[in-house]
Amino acid sequence: MSVVLLRHMDSGQQGVIVRVTANGELGRRIRDMGLVPGTPIRIQGRAPLKDPAAVRVRNFTLSLRNSEADFIHVEVEDSP
Amino acid sequence: MKESCKEYLVALAGNPNCGKSTLFNAITGARQHVSNYPGITVEKKEGFHRHNGCDVRLVDLPGTYSLTAYSLEELVARDYLVNARPQVAINIVDASNLDRNLYLTVQLLELGAPVVLALNMMDVAAGRGMRIDADELSRRLGVAVVPMVARTGEGKERLLQASVERASREASWQPLYISYGPDIDPVLKTMEEAIREKSFLADFYPPRWTALKYLENDEAVMKQGREADPILADRLRALADEVTSHLQKTLDTYPEAIIADHRYGFIAALLRGGVVEQDRKSDRLEFSDRLDRVLTNRFFGPLIMLLVLYGVYQFTFRYSELPVAWMEKAFALLGRGVESVVPQGLLRSLLVSGVIDGVGGVLGFVPLILLLFLAIAFLEDTGYLARVAYMLDRVFRVFGLHGNSVMAYIISGGIMGGCAVPGVMAARTLRSPRERIATLITAPFMNCGAKIPVFAMLIAAFFAAHKARVMFLLTLFSWIVALLMARLLRSTLLRGPSTPFLLELPPYRLPTFKGLLIHTWERTWQYIRKAGTVILAFSILLWALMTFPTLPGERRAFHEQARKEALASVPPAARTRFLQGDATGGGDAELEKARERLARIDRAESREALKHSLAGRLGTGLEGITRWCGFEWQVNIALVGGFAAKELILSTLGTAYSLGEGSEEADGALSRRLARDPRWDRLKAVSLIVFIMLYAPCFVTVSCIIRESSWGWGLFSIAFNTGVAFVVAALVYQGGLWLGLGG
Repeated sequence: MSVVLLRHMDSGQQGVIVRVTANGELGRRIRDMGLVPGTPIRIQGRAPLKDPAAVRVRNFTLSLRNSEADFIHVEVEDSP
Repeated sequence: MKESCKEYLVALAGNPNCGKSTLFNAITGARQHVSNYPGITVEKKEGFHRHNGCDVRLVDLPGTYSLTAYSLEELVARDYLVNARPQVAINIVDASNLDRNLYLTVQLLELGAPVVLALNMMDVAAGRGMRIDADELSRRLGVAVVPMVARTGEGKERLLQASVERASREASWQPLYISYGPDIDPVLKTMEEAIREKSFLADFYPPRWTALKYLENDEAVMKQGREADPILADRLRALADEVTSHLQKTLDTYPEAIIADHRYGFIAALLRGGVVEQDRKSDRLEFSDRLDRVLTNRFFGPLIMLLVLYGVYQFTFRYSELPVAWMEKAFALLGRGVESVVPQGLLRSLLVSGVIDGVGGVLGFVPLILLLFLAIAFLEDTGYLARVAYMLDRVFRVFGLHGNSVMAYIISGGIMGGCAVPGVMAARTLRSPRERIATLITAPFMNCGAKIPVFAMLIAAFFAAHKARVMFLLTLFSWIVALLMARLLRSTLLRGPSTPFLLELPPYRLPTFKGLLIHTWERTWQYIRKAGTVILAFSILLWALMTFPTLPGERRAFHEQARKEALASVPPAARTRFLQGDATGGGDAELEKARERLARIDRAESREALKHSLAGRLGTGLEGITRWCGFEWQVNIALVGGFAAKELILSTLGTAYSLGEGSEEADGALSRRLARDPRWDRLKAVSLIVFIMLYAPCFVTVSCIIRESSWGWGLFSIAFNTGVAFVVAALVYQGGLWLGLGG
């Protein structure tokens, strides 16, 4: 197990959110959408220009920019 | 049921994309009306319904994920609840996505709102192998929970029954208590006691809720607090700051984060142990995901997007052609009818040239507008528009905008047809003032539904063979200009960093027929209403501008004399027939010639009269400048009229040309007339199209821009956009002349 930033996860990779370091408006918005520690998350895909990313959390799909994904730390299985 | 029953005020709250408007439409049907919340431009939909003898007034709150003051919508929803105190707040949630939806529910309950929970999309949840025990959920939450399917109306009656029952109990608001753990609870208790003691903001919020908002750093509540009791407000602020700095030092986190964690923890506990069970371990969004794999694919995604947008053009143009022609004929017929009843003079001129031509020109395009709005509603309701924003965000960021700017652009007419008024309002979802203002100023460059008819007329006149293709190119062009201008603004007047982009991509859904119709009809009706009010008033005003002052007596006498001379040259027998109104001419060559001469005199007189009028003088005065773009005074008059409403460009052109050219072809379409006019050519048509596309937004839009930003930016939009239009159109025209494309 290792912790990576959401930005660096691959398409289809799964993990569990461990930390959200964003504060203020962005932080509130991220949490309102249900991205809190302990939540499983999976990368669904990326937009044609690689950014934003689409992620699956809590049974819905959310898109967010890489610059926002940088505030979200995810624990993932180590790739073999 | 006979017993008398009061009118109940019921608010409808819920996340975006959870079926809220479907439910609202299902309950109220056609009995609804749209207004704005006082002082702001958030749309307020209200509807009425009778249930077992009880009147229910249903107010649709804006769709929100939370009750923090993150966006204007959230603030509006919250303020409405605490100020209007509805007897019931129906909270509609997506059963297939329960935990995130309940985040709003928990906050409603903490506020003490009398919630009835509508568990929507039970069919979708069941299809995904989820079993939800509504009774157990109701027991645990302490509110009525009604499983339902808003699309089919299943469960609607039970929901209304539960709501009326809850309303009739008239119980006071009872806030839900949630524990926020050892780091927050003690300070929350201290704050709560202080608030209770002073009845601080007690008319609005429960004490614990107010305390929570101080910890969450909620600006709206803290501002309210400072006004109510500055001393206590300072003390609460200090307590909150203390906890915040302590948490940052010890745990490197914020109270807000801990509060959100505990709310989600509360929801998780709520759903555990038999409330929600998942049958199979399948991915429940499989169908949507598979579609996304194609529709947002790196290669196919953008390709399909272009095809879809192009398809919208083909659809609206192909199927509206016939009804538009019918409407045109009908208004021409009406005009001739009035001509035969009303004697020649100012009144007839007012009715035919002012009212019928003006309003008819607008209403004639209702079929086109209707189909456009239908297509856009379809894209919106299926969830595809959100994917467009997702795919284009990266592009938009390059130009200093936001993925959500796509919505404002598209609603303003980015797919062709739309209206900058709701488009400008859609820009409200942008939080950063810089991106919002850049969007506000550039969204009116899009081809709104009112510009389309003018383009359609000019295209029919000069590019008849390539209608759809030219229209498509025009759309691309408006995007290019809008984006470049946004970039220009964002790197000069509006420099600064970008705002968060977090957008839900709702699962693909087949929209309901009823929902599509209501959506389409609402927008079309707005368009028609504009024709009946603003545009009617401005057509009459413009008619007056184009009629007064009338020609001086001696000029009229001069033309009258010319007419007499023309008649005198005709042999007496033919003249008698002519004066008796024999229109056949009977192949009489002399008579034909006289008739032509008379028509020429009429044309000369009308032209002189129009040039003599106020509008004519204004138009002629501007010719010195606008000749750079190739515009004559008729066009200038129409462009001035277009500032009132873009719809008026077409009708004013019609009036200007029919007034100026005599009435013998009054019912011939303007487009055919221009095509035959030797002073017109393709280059002029393109220059005019470009100018109309880009120049000052109509005054309704400008007033919206002012409301959404400031007077300064509203006036800026008039000057800036007209400047851009002039420069681009002049470049097109002069460049074209230089290349030898004119004539």
